[in-house]
Parts: sequence; C-alpha cells; structure tokens
Amino acid sequence: MTTLLKKSARFLAAGAALTALTAAVPAHAEELTIGLASEPTAMDPHFHNLGPNNAIAFHIFGRLVGQDENQRLIPDLAVSWQPIDGNAWEFKLRPGVTFHDGSAFTADDVVCSFKRAPDVPNSPSSFATYTKGKTVEKVDDLTVHIKTETPYPLMANDVSTLPIISDEQCEATTEQFNQGTAAIGTGPFKFGEYVPGDRIVMTRNDDYWGDKAIWEKVTFKPIKSGPARVAALLAGDVDLIAGVPTVDIPQLKANADLTLSQGVSNRVIYLHLDHDRDNSPYVKANGGGEIQNPLKDLRVRQAISKAINRPAIVDRVMEGVAIPAGQLLPEGFFGVSPNLEPVAYDPDGAKQLLADAGVGDGFELTIHGPNDRYINDAKIAEAIGQMLTRIGIKTAVETMPRSVYFGRASRGGPNNTPEFSFILVGWGAGSGEASSPLKSLIHTHDKERGFGSSNRGRYSNPEVDKMIEDALATVDDEKRQDMLAKATEMAIGDGAIIPLHYQVNTWAAKKGLTYRARTDEYTLAIGVEKE
Amino acid sequence: MSTVDEVKSAALNEAAEGQGHAAPAVDVETPLQRFLSEFFASWVATISFAVLVLIIAVALLAPLITPQNPYDLAQVDILDGKLPPFSDAYTGYTMWLGSDGAGRDLFSAILYGLRISLSVGVTSGFIALAIGMAIGLAAAYTGGRTEAIIMRVVDLQLSFPAALIALILIAMLGKGVDKIIFALVVVQWAYYARTVRGSALVERRKEYVEAATCLGFSHTRIIFRHILPNCLAPLIVVGTVQTASAIALEATLSFLGVGLPQTEPSLGVLIANGSEYMLSGKYWISVFPGLALLLTIVSINLGGDQLRDVLNPRLKR
Amino acid sequence: MTAFIIRRLMQAVIVIFLMSVIVFFGVNVVGDPVYMLISPDMDQAEIERTIRNLGLDRPIWEQYFHFLKGAATGDLGKSFIFGEPALKLILHHMPATLELAFTSLIMAIVLGIPLGLFAGLYPDNVFSKGILATSILGFSLPTFWVGLMLIMLFAVVLGWLPSTGRGDTAVFLGIESSLFTWDGLTHIFLPALNLALLNISLVIRLTRAGAREAMHQDYIKFARAKGLSTRRVIFVHLLKNIMIPVVTVLGLEFGSLIAFSVVTETIFAWPGMGKLLIDAILQLDRPIVVAYLMIIVAFFVVINLIVDILYSILDPRVRLRDQGQ
Repeated sequence: MTTLLKKSARFLAAGAALTALTAAVPAHAEELTIGLASEPTAMDPHFHNLGPNNAIAFHIFGRLVGQDENQRLIPDLAVSWQPIDGNAWEFKLRPGVTFHDGSAFTADDVVCSFKRAPDVPNSPSSFATYTKGKTVEKVDDLTVHIKTETPYPLMANDVSTLPIISDEQCEATTEQFNQGTAAIGTGPFKFGEYVPGDRIVMTRNDDYWGDKAIWEKVTFKPIKSGPARVAALLAGDVDLIAGVPTVDIPQLKANADLTLSQGVSNRVIYLHLDHDRDNSPYVKANGGGEIQNPLKDLRVRQAISKAINRPAIVDRVMEGVAIPAGQLLPEGFFGVSPNLEPVAYDPDGAKQLLADAGVGDGFELTIHGPNDRYINDAKIAEAIGQMLTRIGIKTAVETMPRSVYFGRASRGGPNNTPEFSFILVGWGAGSGEASSPLKSLIHTHDKERGFGSSNRGRYSNPEVDKMIEDALATVDDEKRQDMLAKATEMAIGDGAIIPLHYQVNTWAAKKGLTYRARTDEYTLAIGVEKE
Repeated sequence: MSTVDEVKSAALNEAAEGQGHAAPAVDVETPLQRFLSEFFASWVATISFAVLVLIIAVALLAPLITPQNPYDLAQVDILDGKLPPFSDAYTGYTMWLGSDGAGRDLFSAILYGLRISLSVGVTSGFIALAIGMAIGLAAAYTGGRTEAIIMRVVDLQLSFPAALIALILIAMLGKGVDKIIFALVVVQWAYYARTVRGSALVERRKEYVEAATCLGFSHTRIIFRHILPNCLAPLIVVGTVQTASAIALEATLSFLGVGLPQTEPSLGVLIANGSEYMLSGKYWISVFPGLALLLTIVSINLGGDQLRDVLNPRLKR
Repeated sequence: MTAFIIRRLMQAVIVIFLMSVIVFFGVNVVGDPVYMLISPDMDQAEIERTIRNLGLDRPIWEQYFHFLKGAATGDLGKSFIFGEPALKLILHHMPATLELAFTSLIMAIVLGIPLGLFAGLYPDNVFSKGILATSILGFSLPTFWVGLMLIMLFAVVLGWLPSTGRGDTAVFLGIESSLFTWDGLTHIFLPALNLALLNISLVIRLTRAGAREAMHQDYIKFARAKGLSTRRVIFVHLLKNIMIPVVTVLGLEFGSLIAFSVVTETIFAWPGMGKLLIDAILQLDRPIVVAYLMIIVAFFVVINLIVDILYSILDPRVRLRDQGQ
C-alpha cells in the first residue's frame, strides 16, 4: 500500500502509457467481449449526456476534438483549433473523412450536430450544457467558426464532448438510432446490434481515417452486479470487465490467467459541510439539543479533516486502490495546485482545534451518503463516522440509494435548499481540468448565472468567486492554470470541502490483453490491446 | 417464499375444507400433553425446536453475550476490517467468526442481525395475525354481502405473488423497519383471514354455537370463547410458515437493495454486504449470516411441518 | 350468465382503476428521478428544463390525468431513462422472462414428480427421508443465496456453464427463443434451476402427499385387489390423480414465477421483465414501474376472471349463489 501511496497520479498514468507502448501490434483481428458495469440508455449519441452513453458513442461517432486516456485534448475530426478573435474559435476540419455510409464529412455535419444535440425529444439530460451560448458558422467545407458572447477559454473542452453525426441523420429519432439505421458516424467501429439489457455489438470500420481497431467485432455486455461481472470474467464469458470491485482485486491480481489495469480517475471523493445555516438540522449538541452550527467555524472544519485517517481508508476500505486527496483533482490535471498535500492524520491536533473552537466536548452529527454511487461509498461513510466519533464528534451514519440521496442532498430542505448538514459526495471533472469542480462545487450558489449548481454546502467566498470567474474568462492557458490553482488553494485552505481520496479505477482482462486505463472512467474497445 | 406459503396455506385450507365440514382441524379436548408428546416424538422436530429456542435466546441476549455492539461506531475500528475467523481484534477480544468490511465482529453482527430479522418477522406476523383474525372472524360471523366483499378482496390479494406486492410497496414507501413491517403485514394478513374464516365457518354451523346463540350469549362471548379457540390450530401452523417466509422475504428484499437500510442490518443486509466478498475468498462475511438465516428458517419450517402433522388428524393413521 | 360476466368485468375494471391510482401516487412519492438522470455538469437552468420536459413540475393529480388519458389509448407513458414507450420496453423484455419461467416449470415437473413419487411410495426409505429434508431446504434457502452459490460452483469453480446473461436466440415455428440454440440452453440452465428450486420442492411435497393419501384410497386398493401390476397402479391410476393438483398448483405458480424472476434475473443478469422492473425501481424510472404493474395487475385480474367464469360454468352452485345476492 505504501508503494501505491508514493506513486502519484502521474506515475500511474505513466505506467499505463508504458504498458501501451510495450503492447505489440496484433497479427490478426479477433473478437472481443467486454463486461460493462453500467448500461447505456440509448444508441443515440445526443440522447443522454452520461458516462456510459458517451463511452459507447465514442466508438461509433467522432468528435471535433478528442480526449486521450488522460483527458488531454487531441485532434479528432478537427486537425487544429485556435481562438481567432476575442469571442470566436476556428476549427479546421480533417479532410478525406467518410461516414460509415460512405458520405463525406464536412462542416455541414458539424452545424447539424450542434443543432440536434441540445434538443433531442425526451432527453433526460441534454448536451445543452456544452452548446449553450455558442453559434456555429460554416466558413467553407472544412472550416467552422464557433462564436460566444464573451471570451471563452474552454471551447475545445466543451466541443470534445459532442459526438458528430451525419447531416443526413439530423432529423432522425432516438428510436432510429437504437435500431441502427441512423447510427452512422465516423468512428473506428460501426453499429452492429443493440439489444437493451443484453448486448451491444459493433464491427470494425475498415475505412477509419486513423489507426484501425485491432478488433473485428466487439460485444459489450452490461452486467451490473460486481460479483457477477467478476464471475463472468473468471468463467471466460467476457474478455474484459470494467469496474472491478475493490474486494476482488487482491484475488484477481494473484490469478495468473488475468491481467489488471489500473488508473487514477478524475473523480475526487469529498465531504461537503453546511457553511450556511446557523442551526443545521443534522448537527446537535451532545444529548440532542440545539447548537449553533459549529461547522461554520474554520477550526472545526480543520479538526474534521485532521481526524480522518486517509491512508487507513485507502488501505482498508479501498484495498489500497485509491489515492489520498488534498484538492479537487489529482496531480497531472490542468489547473491543480502543486502546493496542496493531503491533510495528515492527527487526532490530537483535531481535539485541540475542537477545544479552541469552544466545542471541546464534541457534538452530535449525522453523515449522509449514497450507497450505490461511488466505489465503497457506504463503507467510507462508516469509516468517517468511526473516526469522528473518536475525537468526540458522535457521528451517526445514514446511507441511502442514490435515487433518494441526490434529490434530498440537492434540494430536500425548505425552498429546495440542500437538506443535509454533512455529506459524502464525489465529483468527476468531465472537462478534465480544475474549472469544472471549482465552478460547480466551490463557487457561490447562483441559479441565474449557473454557478455552484452542486454546491450543497452553500460555501460562499466572494474572493474565490471572483478568481474563478476571472479564470473562466482568461483564454491564455498559462495564466488560467495559475488562477485555477490559486482559487483551489484558497478554497481548500478555507475548508470549503474536505477532500478524501481520488478514485482509482480497475479493469481486469484475461491474460494477453491489457487495457489502457482512462481518467474519465470510460471503457473503450480501442483501449484494449494485445500483449 | 411467497409461493411456499401460498400453496402451503392453500393446501391447508384444502385439507380443512376437504374434510367435508365434518371435523374441526383439531380436537378441542386434545390435552396439551398429548400434543407435546406427539410433537416431540420426532427427533427432527425436537432438535429444530431446541435450535429455534437457542436462536431466540441468543438474539434476545445479544447485548449481554457479544463482545461488541457492532453499531456503536466508537467500538468498531476500520483497521479490524475483513479479518478471518479466530483473529484477534485490534481492541483485544477474539473474533470467532471474523469481521466484515467495516471492522465489525461478525459474531456480534449476526446476533444483532438475528434480533432485527426475528423481530421484523414476528412483529409483522403478530400484526397480520391480529388483523387477519379480526377480518376473517368478521367475515365468517356476519356472512352475506360483507363476507362476500371481504373474501373477494382476500382472493384478489392472494392471487398476486407476495414478493411482488412487497416489492411494490417498498418501492412506494422507501426503506425502513416500519415500512418493511407494514409491507409484510399487507402481504400476510389475507392468509390469516382466509384460514380463520375457513375454520370459523365450520364452527359456526355447529350445534353448540347454535345452542349458545339460543341461550342469548353475546356475540363477543360466542366468538372469543367458542369459535376462536377452535381456529387456533390451523392459525398456529399458518403462523409458523408465515413467520419463516416473512423472514426470508425481508432478507430477499434487503438483498435486492430495497429492504432494510444499512443502519438496521438484518441478516439479509449482512448477506448482501457479504455477497460482494464471496469471489474474493472472504467467504465468512456472507456465509455465516447465510447459515444463521438458513438455520432460523429451517428450524421454523421443520417445527411447522411437525406441527401440521400433529394438528392435522387426516394424516394420522 | 351474461349478467354474471358483466358484473365480474366491471369489478375487474374497478380493481385495475384503483390499482392505477395507488400505484401511480405511491410510486411518485419516493425519491427524485431528476438527479438520477442529469449529468452533474448541468447548471440549474438545465436541470429545471429537464424537470419541465419530464412533466415533473406539474402537480401530481395533473400528471395522473395525463397518464390516464394516455392509458386509455394504450400509451402507458415513456420511460424517463430510455425515452421509449414503457409498454414497448416491457413487451420487448417479456419473451426472455416467459422462457425462463417456462423452463423452470418443466424442470419442476421433471425433477419433482419422480422424487415425490418415490418419497410417497416408500415413506420409510432413507432416501425418501433425504428427499423430504432436501425439499424443506428448498423452501428455506433464500433464492438469491442459492443463485450466488450456483454461479460460484458451476461457472467459476467447475467452469461447466456460463455465469450470466442470455445465450444466442433462434427462430423456430415463428417464436424467437434462446431455447432453440445450444448456447441458449447452456445459459438458461442455471437461472432456470435457481428459479425452479422452490417449485421442485413444492412438486415433491405435493406428489408425496398425494401418493401417501392415495395409497389408502379405495380406488387404489381396488385396483390392487383386481390384481393390476404395481407399475400400472402407480403410473396410470395413481399418477393421473396426483397430476391434477400438481398441474393446478403449478399453473397458479406461473404468476409468482414471473414475479420471483426479479431476484433470479438480477443475479444472473437475465435480460427479462424482472430485471427491467428492479432497475426501474432503483433508478426511479417511474413510467416503467407503473406500466409493469398495470400489466401485471391486468394479467392477474384477467386470469381470475377466466377462472371465475370457468368455475361458474362448471359449478352451477357458484352461479346460483351469485345471483341470489
């Protein structure tokens, strides 16, 4: 475990890259079956903006800008992009690319995709988040301009989330995509078969513009239950599984017939505390009486952070498969601070801080968390409960299914305010850089301007807000990186949230295969390589 | 599980009705002693009864005999997590059955889990019994339209699988001990109602009841002093089967993630928690709670089986 | 007779209507489906747009009338998660569940009757006692637990059978089923066995009890006295009489098999209606939960109706009593 602690995120990523380099080029094509932990809800790439859907879409559809396994931006259907004046970006498109039906890829397809993506009927979660406020203009067949009202540095990040469909399918319904008639993209795989709840089959696109896939046919099988997924791998029903349960990792590692691939993710698991209410509903004095919300005192927040034995959680709850966290994103991502380390375990110091804050005798607290969302979430909440109880904060643990949890945590209180006082949550930075958590978790909750949408602790610091907003309007990468790091340092120093650890994801494959682990947690067939 | 009690009680009713309304399911005059000697004539029943008594005893005495209160976070340490059986805990004592992922002593957790499983099963059984008995008696005693409507509702409900009704109720109500007890009561009452009504109908037609009515005894007196005692035998049999199936149903719902919450860890919750460790060789986390559940249900069912044989004169040759 | 059927039909409609109210309002109080759907990157305005699109901003009774209006034309609403009609999704998952339930029924009969017969005919045999004890285990073992054990043993330790999922399907006589391919058969064996365990025990006990009772009945005594061979007595006279309750009970059991497949399908990742339901419950896909229940309710109500009508035809007393009221 200690070795893993020493290994930084970068090291893990480098390790993953190394295995990728040593992977030999395959001699002949074969079939691949993958056991997925979660099932996509449609084959329509614009229907549901959610991890499993996006991962599947990236096999069939290309995007203007791609993301490599560390979520760094790479050219995909656009060969280059740059800001041309204050408020517009120019994307040069890749020439000679064809769709699976043979038609050529041009700027019209881009315009059509931007038009369709935010407005798919019945979409439970649309792509409007990424297309809002942007107008796409065709300059010529291989050039588009995307304009915003104010300077917008994250243009390429936003564009990298959006699958490009053929403009002939602009009016196609989700059903037509699910049947396959409209599922025509430029990606390395072609749509084969979609049987909801059972399998998704794809075949290789031999006319792919880039490196062709080594797999002739790929079958994805959703197997939601962790043990069942492992069993399917052990029984040889699938060649690769995503989301290996941490409890099974030691045993699978010892199995000579299997290869494990691990990589840190963009997801931080953290605690959010009530910064807002003077009487917080789940904070009580000893014995259950009313108490002035002690979580508003910085010293109490620091005490809580010090009371948490992060290495013990990583070692015992996560089976060593996680990295103790000191900020919002692991080392190596854009905008992280080089100065923040995980807070060291110091129960005596924590008790001292509580005494300084005038609550030396402790108080009562309830920690709320989901039990089916993050890796080992309920167990982490329980471990936190144990640790806080030891420094005198008598902590009750209440976990619930995410179907109940997130609604209550976000708007279960009066006037649609957050209900809980002290919660365990996670945040995955979809954009792959620090502005994503800063904007949603740390910035003051501001409905009109779309800030702080997941700020369930209602932390509010005008100084931090200003730094975040300034960064979001700074196109210069170097300057923006510094600004994001400064904002992170200030927020973490202020105890806005208490980071616990970064999730490390594990894939297991039968011997001879390796998976290039991705920070965005996606399971992609193009990342599966033969040794 | 639902299927079992459905058919078992159906078979029972069939048996009761099949007797052509000739004899009640049990002889009122049968002395307790004879019942006991017949019950304990089978060594299987004797052992299962002893096991059940032991299970109930350890469940009741759990706080006194366990080394740890597994739900007092101050006594549980994550550093004790996933220890195999016979390990020594960080805090000193020996964990005979090992520990679970959160560092709880499994022996303690199982005894506390038994308390919850048994109390959920028994509480829901008693409430359902009371409600079902009242409704069944009312139906049998009033007759006519009321009876027709009541029995229509009972039939309708019994035509639905119990597991499905419980699942749906829980989907509507959410998790929690009170909610699962409510769901189990809703699922069970109809069995009791039908059983009571079946036996009560037979009794009501008997001459002694007619005589009592002629003598001007009050309805309450007739129901409670004359009819009810004669319905007890089939009720006891249905009760044992129902309790066992209620415990199993609760465990199933908890396993599916819709039953009891982690804060009220019944055996079903413990098994569900442990099931994720099964493939990793940490068998004890789910096997021991599973065995405890199995032992409980089997001993109740075996006892219930013998009860039925003893109480059902038809199989006595 | 017609009056009887009409009255029963009206009762059926009332039951279905009442159930729709209970189910719809019940399902709509738990949790918040919006947070199961949205991507965490979405800002507040986008979240509100999603709430509006799903119609969740309107008062519940208005949502209910909207549902009723659709239901009258056969539209039970669209799945929140898949965006497709709930009815279509359920019908799509139905064949897999039916084939599982059907296979497990066959298993129950094929395994249960011989064992039960043996136990009934030779009640004092050690093997019979073993059968009986095992059948008690079959009642008592929680299905989910057995399912996990089956996967462990047959798929992981022995490696004989696939662990999860449904195999390849083939079309035969116009029916598409995985029962017509070898791959499909190997996939269905474990889940069907898991689902059948309860019914195997049930059939064993019914057959055993039937055999034990029948041995004392006059017609068997008579047949024996007539000098018929033991084999003939057992397989013609005895079995025929035992089969009636067995088949009746199993027929009634089919419904609960479909209900109980929820557990088995969850463990074996079997893409049937049960798994669709449990996923929908866990993900708060309310339209699917409501539609599934309405279908099941309608299904059971119709079965009851048919049974009632058959009864009234077969047994005039029922009809007379009904008219008398």
